[in-house]
Amino acid sequence: MELINKSALELHDLLDKKEITSREIVEAYIKRIEALEPKLNSFVTLTLEQALEDADKADEMIKNKTSTTFTGIPIAIKDNMCTYHVKTTCSSKMLQDFKPPYDATVIAKIKKAGMPILGKTNMDEFAMGSSTETSFFGPSKNPWDLERVPGGSSGGSAAAVAAKQAPLALGSDTGGSIRQPAALTGVVGLKPTYGLVSRYGLIAFASSLDQIGPFTRDVADSAALLNMLAGYDPKDTTSLPNKRSDYLQALGKEIRGLRVGLPREFFGEGLDKEVEKAVLKAIDALATEGAQIVEIDLPYSKKALAAYYLIATAEASSNLARLDGVRYGHRSENQKDSVTMFKHSRAEGFGPEVKRRIMLGTYALSAGFYDAYYLKALKVRTLIKNDFDAAFKKVDVIVTPTTPSVAFKFGEKVLDPLAMYLSDVYTTTANLAGIPAMSMPAGLTKEKLPIGVQIIAPALAEEIMLNTAYTLEKAIGTIGLPTLEV
Amino acid sequence: MSVIDKKTVEHIANLARLYLTEDEKEEMTVSLNKILDFEQQLAEIDTENVKPMAQAVPLENVMREDKVKGSLSIREVFLNAPDEAEGFFKVPRIIEKD
Repeated sequence: MELINKSALELHDLLDKKEITSREIVEAYIKRIEALEPKLNSFVTLTLEQALEDADKADEMIKNKTSTTFTGIPIAIKDNMCTYHVKTTCSSKMLQDFKPPYDATVIAKIKKAGMPILGKTNMDEFAMGSSTETSFFGPSKNPWDLERVPGGSSGGSAAAVAAKQAPLALGSDTGGSIRQPAALTGVVGLKPTYGLVSRYGLIAFASSLDQIGPFTRDVADSAALLNMLAGYDPKDTTSLPNKRSDYLQALGKEIRGLRVGLPREFFGEGLDKEVEKAVLKAIDALATEGAQIVEIDLPYSKKALAAYYLIATAEASSNLARLDGVRYGHRSENQKDSVTMFKHSRAEGFGPEVKRRIMLGTYALSAGFYDAYYLKALKVRTLIKNDFDAAFKKVDVIVTPTTPSVAFKFGEKVLDPLAMYLSDVYTTTANLAGIPAMSMPAGLTKEKLPIGVQIIAPALAEEIMLNTAYTLEKAIGTIGLPTLEV
Repeated sequence: MSVIDKKTVEHIANLARLYLTEDEKEEMTVSLNKILDFEQQLAEIDTENVKPMAQAVPLENVMREDKVKGSLSIREVFLNAPDEAEGFFKVPRIIEKD
């Protein structure tokens, strides 16, 4: 029995029936991680010894009947979520030695559930990038083709799940950072409604856009993990005080009559033909299941990327101001006076893309330009939200490609920031509107590279979104996982 | 179209408390101009009477009871400090001697 081939819910059943132990699962994953990590670089920090200890504790919980769905099932965590006394670097030199004095709320939930944490995954520095190429620790590789990027910013988490280095992982999504890498590595990635999952302890990039969400190998695992992550948290003032849903329970319902929106703006210029074909095939499959396909317009979605890159960088320039070498993080040797120390600590601690975005955000917020850039972008954000509000009067979910193309090669876009930003062209709208969206595999190209299809739903309609994904997964089948030589 | 010059880059870098080398200033001027050129498309949108949207949640002024709760210990907080003395973060002199 190859434990690393099982989904998390399958592992739960085996644990529940006492056919396997958590220690056996964690040992199997450790073997896999050790074999593949030199090739993939999915992780910044491994916590394998702690994971084994936690596996033993989980096995006790199962014996004592105090276990829950994910007790004993290991997980990988993006390295921007605070883990008590375990390095949390944001893949930046700035935080390369930072050991948080507390756990993020999602980490506290994972520990309470008895889930062994395998390690902290690689990412673009401070989540700014779409390929992991901006990581201070070097890029992660796409398990489908080691010459290609796994996407980003949560590329390490995506690569780890696709390469069977972990059954589950957490990522964060500010403009597509869960969905884009999920699409590029052929796994399921979900960005919840803004406020559904606590951001407490998530090192902020753009606070009004950031959300934590799951990476899984199938839709059922995604629903089950969201069950665990979602919920009100008094430590996050943007946390929604809504009643909890059971997302797993929502799966398997018939979708007859479901109105699926097809936004014309997402199928135009710049979309790869093979990607388009696979996404249209997925939409056909939903129609075969009884869904009603409705063409819709989201006219301002074309302007979303431009609005996003001003709003996200403006918020980032403010959030990253705390990194000044005073209380934690890198401090420069150049300490002539305090301001010199700030400037050099930041110059030495941040990489080029983080500097560029701090500069862009500072400019957009600066006197004389605030109205023309930041305020203008916020108004366009309203128009984008209005587009979705109008669309969701006519349809229940919206289906689009996740990305305009499949995984690109290393170096292809890293020297042209704007080309890199364009890989987020279909994903930023959901963050701006605060609504949920997920990516799941829609097929493979001739070159055997995964294609992602995105499902977008109204705020707090994760149940409908996940059930649509589940139905689609059953209808078109899975693409499997890459065959990697160990 | 050039929106910003090297002088503006220097001004913004100062506001952002970011030291840039001459090469970085050159590169930043080019790449920021390219991005700001892309951003010009926003100017063409009519946003007359459109309210700005700074966040997506319908929550406002989230209040809580003013109860005393535990917080991080001083010892834990200073574990990550680059420099400290007697329970304070130590930084280079801020106030000039006269």
